[in-house]
Order: sequence, then C-alpha cells, then structure tokens
Amino acid sequence: MPKLVSHPDEVKIVSKRFGMGAAELPRYMELGGYEATKKALAQGPEWIVAEMKASGLRGRGGAGFPTGLKWSFVPKQSAKPKYVLVNGDESEPGTCKDHLIFLHDPHAVIEGTIIAGLAIGAKTGFIYLRGEYRYLIEIMQKAVDDAYAAGFLGKNIFGTETEFQVIVQSGAGAYEVGEESALMESLEGKRGVPRIKPPFPAVVGLYGGPTVINNAETIASVPHILMMGGSAYAAVGSERNGGTRLFGISGHVNRPGIYELPMGYNLHKMIFEVAGGIRGGRTLKAVVPGGSSTPVLLPAEIVNLGMDFDQVGKAGSMLGSGGVVVLDDTVCMVEFALRTISFYAHESCGWCIPCREGTDWLKKSLTRFHAGFGTMKDIDNIQYLAENMMGRTFCPLGDAAAMPTIGFVKKFRKEFEDHLDGKPCPYAKHLEVALV
Amino acid sequence: MSVETMSIFSPKTAARFDALVLKYPVRRSALVPMLLYAQDDIGYLSDAVIEEVAARIGITPLDVRNVATYYSMLRFKPAGKYNIQVCTNISCMLRGGYDVFEHLEEELGIGHKGVTPDGLFSLEEVECIGACCWAPAIQVNYDFHDDLTIEKVDQVLASYRVKAEGETKNA
Repeated sequence: MPKLVSHPDEVKIVSKRFGMGAAELPRYMELGGYEATKKALAQGPEWIVAEMKASGLRGRGGAGFPTGLKWSFVPKQSAKPKYVLVNGDESEPGTCKDHLIFLHDPHAVIEGTIIAGLAIGAKTGFIYLRGEYRYLIEIMQKAVDDAYAAGFLGKNIFGTETEFQVIVQSGAGAYEVGEESALMESLEGKRGVPRIKPPFPAVVGLYGGPTVINNAETIASVPHILMMGGSAYAAVGSERNGGTRLFGISGHVNRPGIYELPMGYNLHKMIFEVAGGIRGGRTLKAVVPGGSSTPVLLPAEIVNLGMDFDQVGKAGSMLGSGGVVVLDDTVCMVEFALRTISFYAHESCGWCIPCREGTDWLKKSLTRFHAGFGTMKDIDNIQYLAENMMGRTFCPLGDAAAMPTIGFVKKFRKEFEDHLDGKPCPYAKHLEVALV
Repeated sequence: MSVETMSIFSPKTAARFDALVLKYPVRRSALVPMLLYAQDDIGYLSDAVIEEVAARIGITPLDVRNVATYYSMLRFKPAGKYNIQVCTNISCMLRGGYDVFEHLEEELGIGHKGVTPDGLFSLEEVECIGACCWAPAIQVNYDFHDDLTIEKVDQVLASYRVKAEGETKNA
C-alpha cells in the first residue's frame, strides 16, 4: 500500500480526503460528498465554466492548458453525442499522483466527470485507467456502481431530468495511450496511435463526437473548485497558475512521496525541506522537474525556482506532470540519459518515423557511448538527431524523448566527454539496458 | 452465433464478456479490456482466445492480433503462475530497481521474460508502473509491492511460494 506523507506547508485541497476512507460512499457523503455536483446541477453550465475559468486551473497531465477554456471550446450544438474522457493512463516515469486519487478518493473523480459533462452537455463519461492499475480499477468500478445505486448516476441523476452515465475502462499497457488522441483510439478498440490535429478533440473526438479530455487530477480538482469558488482556488496558487498541485517527489530524497503544495512553491525548498533533503547527506546533482520528458535542471537553477508552468518554462524546462525526480552525486548522467531514452524507444508506437527511428538511434548511440565506445562527434550527433525529432511527429512523444536528451547533453557535456576513448564509466554498474 | 454456449472461457468470464460488449456506444470499445480479462482467465492470448474474442466483437482474428500486439501487458505465450514485473525506470533505478531485478534473476535462475521450470514464477523487466514515490517497486500479477529492499523481496517471494503450496494442498 502506497505510504501517505505530509508536511506543514501542504495545502490540502485535492488530497484532503486521502486516508479518510472516502472510497466508501457513506463516508464520502459525511465528508461533504456530491455537494459540488448538486450545486453544479442547480447553477448550470455557464456558471460552471465561469468558475473554472476564474480558478485558473491548468491541465494537470502536463500540457498546462486552462481547463475552463478547454471546456468552452466544445460546440453547444452537435449532431453527434458529446463525451467526457478522464485520462488516468498515468505512465510518465516519475508520476504516481493519480494512483492516490483513485485509491483514496474515487468519488471525487466521478463528481468531476459529471460536472465536466454538465458543462459541455455530455451524457456519457469514460474514466480510463492504465491496465497495471487493476486494483484501482476495481475501486473505481465499485465507486461507480455505488453512485448508480444511490441515483447519482443514470437516467435521472439526483432526481432531475439530467442523464449521466459513467464507464470505467482498462488499458493494457502503453505509455503512448496517455496522449489524448491515442487514448481515444484505444478506447475505440484500436492500436493506440495518435491522430493528426486539427481537428481537435473538442470538435471531433471519441466516436467522432466533441470530446473533453482531462487528466484525472484535473477532474478531481473540479468539485473542490466549485465548493470553494474559482477565485478562492486561484488565490492559493501563483500568477496565472491557480490552486495546488500534487507533486510527486521521488529518487534520492529522505522522504519521497506525494505532497500537495501551492502552485509556484519553491523547488529547492520542496526537495530540502518538504522531502527532507538528499538521502545519506549526499550532494544534489540534478533534478528532473516534471516527469521523465522534462529537461534536467542543475542545482543552481532551482534555488529561486517557483514550481508553476510559467516559471519552470522560463527556466528552460517544463512543469509537466509534477513528478520531481531527484538525483544525487552518485548518478552517471550518461546512464540516466540512456535509461530515459530506452523508455521512449520502447514506448514509441512507430507511427511517425522521426520518433520511431530517432528514439532507436538515440538509444543505440547512448548505449555505445556509455560502454566507452563513443567518439567526440557522437556527442554532437546525439544532439543533432534529437533536435531534428522535435515538432516532426503527430503527438508529443517524439518531443518528450528528444527534449530531455538535449538537456542531458547540453548540461552534462563534460560527463559525456569523460566516457570517451574507452574509459570505463566512472559511476555506473549497469552497462546495458536489458529491456527490449 | 452461439459463442456464449461454446465459450472457452470460464462461465464467470463468459458472462462478463456478454455484458461488456453491450456497455459501450460501439461494440469494439470492449476489445482492449476483453483481451486483458481473457488473458487473466486463460493465461495468455492463444489462437483460440483470439478467435473467440474476434467473434464476440464482430471483427476478424487478424484485427484482434493487430490491436493485441500493440499493448505491452498482453502476451502470446504462457507466463508463470506468478508473473513478477520489476520496474527499472528512472525513479526505481535510482533506488535500486536493478538490484531487485538482478537478485530475482539469481534467486529464480531465469532472466527477462523467463519462466521457472515448475511454472510457478516468471520474471519481466517493465517500464514505469506508477509507484515512483514508493520505489523500488514490483508487481506480482496485479499486486503491488513497494518500498522494497532485498530482504523484502525475499519475503515477497516466500509468501507466494507458501500461497502456491497451500493451493496445491487444497486442490
């Protein structure tokens, strides 16, 4: 069972029911459950979208697109049914926040799904969880069954004329399916390859109908936002970055875990105070700030860095999924770069050639490099290859593989040079990545 | 078409599939979960499994194969009774994921995608399983075991051996 952690600096909004037995409906009701849905039903779609816009909530999956704005793009009239799709495919290495939401607060996900449906005029919502999360799928399914039994889902929700159905869906192992168009393909029973955009899902999505796709954390935030009010939620965060975020701190820290902190929280403080500093009293070497696809940051770059989409973007990286991976001075950055690219090479769906071939070549080059058979020219070639993958694929997986690789080469060039001329790797034990 | 009466699946799984195909706006949406549940029931996606799934969805077996080969959890050969999946992705790697994997290789005498001769265990190195903050972590079938040390890995292994013995005795 994943351990829950806490720190006095936390502002618990999304995580406020964690560890309180809220997966059980009666307990959830005691904790103020389904009040937000009732309020949303009474106030109507325009009010919901206005509150969401005021909240400044930006997509928690990684792209950081304003949620209220996304909902407002869905056409009011549509010949085809509209859908809400909750993305719980959580697969970005370093990210495990949705794991806790499904485990501790599945009804908040249902509420958020209903509210999103009310906002855009959809009658059906899908909650898609990665296949590895079987025990969470069962928790989620039980919550949905309980909500149906209580009349919160179905033909006449809460005794109104409004219909809303929720279907819980299981994936079967694929990082790529976390990309919104690939997610829709998977849900339609196909290989999870991305679709070309435009048209965007808000216009042509699932089964060809207008579709809103939101990350599970985004959706779980919605009921809290409606209860506390959009502007109150916005005030918790930083400029243009409303609210809080579930930051998952992993790697070489003393107290790894999921902490809910205000947007804009200082990264240095997050590592050294909230997560208890570097394990074994060692020195910080590097931080991957938002999941494996975000470019690495050096210790000097995090001192005054506030963790929100804009500030991390300005620092040359991305807030991504909020998965902060902390590396101490024992890590070989070439090996770390190799393990990162190996993941993307494994997960590339093969649809777009720059990504399929690029990730494979980067993996081969880095494998050779790490084994001591690299040449000086390889360092530039790795960067050149990665730069040429950028922006040349249907979905962002190609970029997600290229960006961190470029970062590793740029910021740790010296360490790459240390591997030249057959020199054994100064740190690492594992020369090859076994996974194929 | 009477797939229901001639099903190769257990009655429980067959009944589940009867309901599953009717759950979605489009029948084919049942395909990905159905393949996973079919694998849970039979152990792997055999030709017979693919044939029946295709018939239930109303597509060709080739269509089913085309989709099934995409998803990394789906397999076309039997695994061990307990399939041990070791995450070695970055967060787990930093906290000893490879040590866990190598220890298991040694303990079980098998490598990546290997199955022990008694069929009890299989071993797999897998990508991120979503337990980064509780690393290193493994999954045995669908059960998570996190915050591992080598000692804890041995305890986990022993617990599955005991479980298997208990099941053999009761059988």
